[in-house]
Amino acid sequence: MAKYLLLKHYRGAPAARNDVMMDQWTPEEISAHIQYMNDFADRRREAGELVAEQALAPTGLWVQYAGEGRPPVTDGPFAETKDLIAGFMIIDVDTPERAVELAGELSAAPGKNGEPLHEWLEVRPLYGEPPLVQD
Amino acid sequence: MGTTPFDPAVVRSLAPDVLAILVRRGAGFAAGEDAVQEALVEAWRTWPDDPPRDPKAWLVTVAWRRLVDATRSEVSRREREERVDARPAPGPAASTDDSLQLYFLCAHPSLTPSSAAALTLRAVGGLTTRQIAEAYLVPEATMAQRISRAKRTVSEQRLDRPGDVATVLRTLYLVFNEGYSGDLDLASEAIRMTRQLAAAVDHPEISGLLALMLLHHARRDARTAPDGSLVPLAEQDRTQWDTAAITEGVAILQLALSRDRLGEFQAQAAIAALHADARAFTATDWVQVVEWYDELVRLTQNPVAQLNRVVALAQADGARAGLAALAELDDSLPRFSAVAAHLHEMDGDLALAARLYAEAATKATSTAERDHLVRQAARLNAATR
Repeated sequence: MAKYLLLKHYRGAPAARNDVMMDQWTPEEISAHIQYMNDFADRRREAGELVAEQALAPTGLWVQYAGEGRPPVTDGPFAETKDLIAGFMIIDVDTPERAVELAGELSAAPGKNGEPLHEWLEVRPLYGEPPLVQD
Repeated sequence: MGTTPFDPAVVRSLAPDVLAILVRRGAGFAAGEDAVQEALVEAWRTWPDDPPRDPKAWLVTVAWRRLVDATRSEVSRREREERVDARPAPGPAASTDDSLQLYFLCAHPSLTPSSAAALTLRAVGGLTTRQIAEAYLVPEATMAQRISRAKRTVSEQRLDRPGDVATVLRTLYLVFNEGYSGDLDLASEAIRMTRQLAAAVDHPEISGLLALMLLHHARRDARTAPDGSLVPLAEQDRTQWDTAAITEGVAILQLALSRDRLGEFQAQAAIAALHADARAFTATDWVQVVEWYDELVRLTQNPVAQLNRVVALAQADGARAGLAALAELDDSLPRFSAVAAHLHEMDGDLALAARLYAEAATKATSTAERDHLVRQAARLNAATR
């Protein structure tokens, strides 16, 4: 088994095929999208593949150490050009192919007009422990 | 045989009394609390199959044995180092005041709010560390550490000093407001602990808080749709409200108000009671709601109360009155954009309202709230197309 992080972006990813802001969808389309995402997470949980999932707020700021005895320097809100993560899911699966397959399924979540978003998701392997037997 | 069937609520409600008895017999707070926790875990394990005849006596016996074992191993670990309370003499049973001191200690001002909430749930609420961790969605080791640090902080405090009811109420309110994210229902636990406190102490604000909790809890089932989305007060199916909880809450509130010692929780409960009393959103007595918000703002100066007052004012006197009052408030307040969106929609400016709802969605603090606000924006955008 190996763990993978699936990352969803508010911005910074290549544009989705069905790229329409959510507030331009109908309320029913929004509900269908949320239902799809919840069902996907439930299926991963039932399959024993879900480790964690979390949505992130679009707000935030940069923070940096400013030296001894000084409060940290902050810079925010984020510039419009900053890559912005919307949420993540960590899955634990047998093969990299399975991770890709699941990311593909997640990217098919319905958007405007109920059509798949075809959004680009980032798939990142998590570092694991070195194997016990190396040779 | 007179055995007691296993009831988690009973197990939990005994915890503060058992701890108070241990402390009265000479145990330190931190060690006594650990011993009670171990006895509770043991009770959860064995009582379902083998319930004791006298649950409290069972817990006292097991906790005391654990305390003595822990003390002995501590003594042997430290070899001959002298310990004052190695063999505390059995003392009298704990009184109500002893249990009450636990509430004060666990909500001690030297604790951070989250530590006070966690310690209260364990020492007063009788919950296990694992249950508390699951409720707050943090790892058990993290919660164990939070609680043991909190215990270290308060163990320097004397248990016999009178405490401040206000800090206890704030802690219980915090637990209640955390809602129901995990398996454990923190709102119900908060109600149970507040009930216990109200039974022990006659104080109008304790009653006010209990009434407030009951009145809000009564609307719980109506607050979410089957798909998990939020249902605002105006759209809730009021037949789903728990009328027994409302009746009880209103009765407790009326008795508290008759004492003529108004406080913030009574004022909030009065507002909740006015909502509970209305057959429909439009039938709400908004003028009275605004008056109670005036009282609440006077008592607390709380900006969130001011924002909620604006919403009620708009219902009583119209959207323009609401917008005028809103202009007086700080626009960086949480939910300011959501309230502005609502008032502009009432005023008929749907395009502006949609933009404000979308803006509010980016500032939401939960996905349920965010999704609700995006849906509102989408609804108005669809209406104006």
